[in-house]
Amino acid sequence: MRTNTLPAPPHAFQRIYVWELPIRFYHWLNALCILTLIVTGFIIANPPAINNGSEAAFSYWFGTTRFIHFAAAYIFVFNLLVRIYWGFVGNQYANWKNFLPLRRAQYREIFTVLRVDILETSNKVIVAIGHNALAYLTYTVLFLVSLFQVASGFALYAKMSHWWLPQLFTWMLPLFGGDASLRNWHHFATWFFIVFTIIHVYLVFYHDYVEGHGVISSMAGGWKFLPTRHREAVQGKSWFTVGKASPPHPGRPGPPP
Amino acid sequence: METIAKTAAVAAPDQQTVYEQMVSRGVSRREFLKFCGWISACMGLGTEGMAQVANALENKRRIPVVWMHFQECTCCSESFLRSSHPIVADILLDKISLDYTETLLAASGHQAEACLQDTITKYKGEYLLCVEGSVPTGADGAYCCIGGRSAEAILTEVAEGAKAVIAWGNCACSGCVQAAKPNPTGATPIHRLIAGKPVVNVQGCPPIAEVMAGVLVHLLTFDRIPQLDALGRPKAFYSRRVHDTCYRRPNYDAGLFVESFDDDNARKGFCLYKMGCRGPTTYNSCGTIRWNGGVSFPIQSGHGCIGCSESNFWDNGPFYTRLTSFPGFGIETTADRIGMVAGVATVAGVAAHAVLTNIRKHDEIGEQPGESAAAAPPPPAVKPEDKGGTQP
Repeated sequence: MRTNTLPAPPHAFQRIYVWELPIRFYHWLNALCILTLIVTGFIIANPPAINNGSEAAFSYWFGTTRFIHFAAAYIFVFNLLVRIYWGFVGNQYANWKNFLPLRRAQYREIFTVLRVDILETSNKVIVAIGHNALAYLTYTVLFLVSLFQVASGFALYAKMSHWWLPQLFTWMLPLFGGDASLRNWHHFATWFFIVFTIIHVYLVFYHDYVEGHGVISSMAGGWKFLPTRHREAVQGKSWFTVGKASPPHPGRPGPPP
Repeated sequence: METIAKTAAVAAPDQQTVYEQMVSRGVSRREFLKFCGWISACMGLGTEGMAQVANALENKRRIPVVWMHFQECTCCSESFLRSSHPIVADILLDKISLDYTETLLAASGHQAEACLQDTITKYKGEYLLCVEGSVPTGADGAYCCIGGRSAEAILTEVAEGAKAVIAWGNCACSGCVQAAKPNPTGATPIHRLIAGKPVVNVQGCPPIAEVMAGVLVHLLTFDRIPQLDALGRPKAFYSRRVHDTCYRRPNYDAGLFVESFDDDNARKGFCLYKMGCRGPTTYNSCGTIRWNGGVSFPIQSGHGCIGCSESNFWDNGPFYTRLTSFPGFGIETTADRIGMVAGVATVAGVAAHAVLTNIRKHDEIGEQPGESAAAAPPPPAVKPEDKGGTQP
């Protein structure tokens, strides 16, 4: 049987399973929900003139658009809750502690990333298996804005629902001075998602292009590829420890006392 | 007006019940019961509620009412007086209610102020305080003085012994037009100035007469304030949006919108959503009780709701566009304009960054040492399927 031959790899890569299935699923469902919510949201804010000349009783397209918006919003919320849950049970790259910059090492990395990837005044190699510290912080902001959209959305929706869940957020209305101004804020926050998406998509292309670690495909298959020459940096690097170190194998004798 | 003033000045009818006063004014039993049924329907009560109302009006003594006018246009009083139901104006306002109100009082000057002092000392802890208008707190209250005293000083004094406070209209509830930016007089809603008293916010500019009457009758009948929403408005009248009770609502769901006030769609009576109608964000009873005895309401007359029962409705403009100005960015700057500028700036920034990357990271991105096919050592055979998860 004929076998193809490839040239020897100039440097070895280590394949690391970074994004577990629930994270990938969350990511793409979230992206789909955000896209749907933005599109239907803008239609609701300024509906196009589709006057088909029939009586109101024979058409319901605007009601359907709003229904899609509300349904997508519910999926968005529960998806977000699953992600929060996974921050407690998932692997170290998904852990909630990454998202809070509480350690000095995280701040150091944030400034390094700003120099290397944003201002490009340095070509230092940053080894980040999950996200880098700045990216985690950005996702924290995204998470907070998402919470605002959820809370303001439910507050505006509460009058159309008999379920208790949306009613939990009606305190937003007096806080923002009524429905009209809260709706305005809800609309405004949508633009955050648009700007975020532009930067996010650009940066994954950027990282894939510059670093060649397979960032784009990692959100499909979960694997990232790190050169083994960074192996030591990778192994030594941790802002915190997740759980306990794996216990010694029962069949193997422990370290001498 | 004259008869009202006369009776207010002459009588001390505080031992009479409302019903007795009605009878003395020539109201028949039948008319009285009709009124009870009508007002309890307005309040959203059932049939047994109507009996409670009738019972209260027959047996309870009047509530002494002090009705203060501060920074306002008196449209709330006007609305109340123009109620389609004669009993509202004649009986509720004229007889049971007013011990003191600047607009309708026969007395003037020192006599009027003495009248106020009498009421608040004699009925301390019992009287109902109705306030029309906001209180300007700027310039030590100099913008609104009555009898040489600032509105705030008067309000504090009168609220002290009040059983409950009713804030009539948008001025008293949230400051209305005089509190619109930049609020030069420091107009302040009543509930922010009174602590420890229940304040009922009867919103609207003005509130619907039937709503005002309903709140008064509720207080008289049940001796407690009605259920209020988070903004202090009685739920019976302010729990639903104008949008949800609007007869044009089916056009909204069907996506049939007026695009301009003189287009064919406007003549067909389509939804005024795109004309800036505030119905979807406004809580009021206009769609059900309507105005002038149920004749019409703004949307029925072809004009969108301007949201007059909501706080800051003057600042949530312009009235004729759906998306309003965004706070902090100047007049007529919408969230969309801000967002579009931010979006374009981001795309430009990202494009510039991409160019920069290709310059600054040229060496990183290009071929790494040892990757050139020419420089590669002679290739040992590697099977493509032999892809180990971890390499040594």
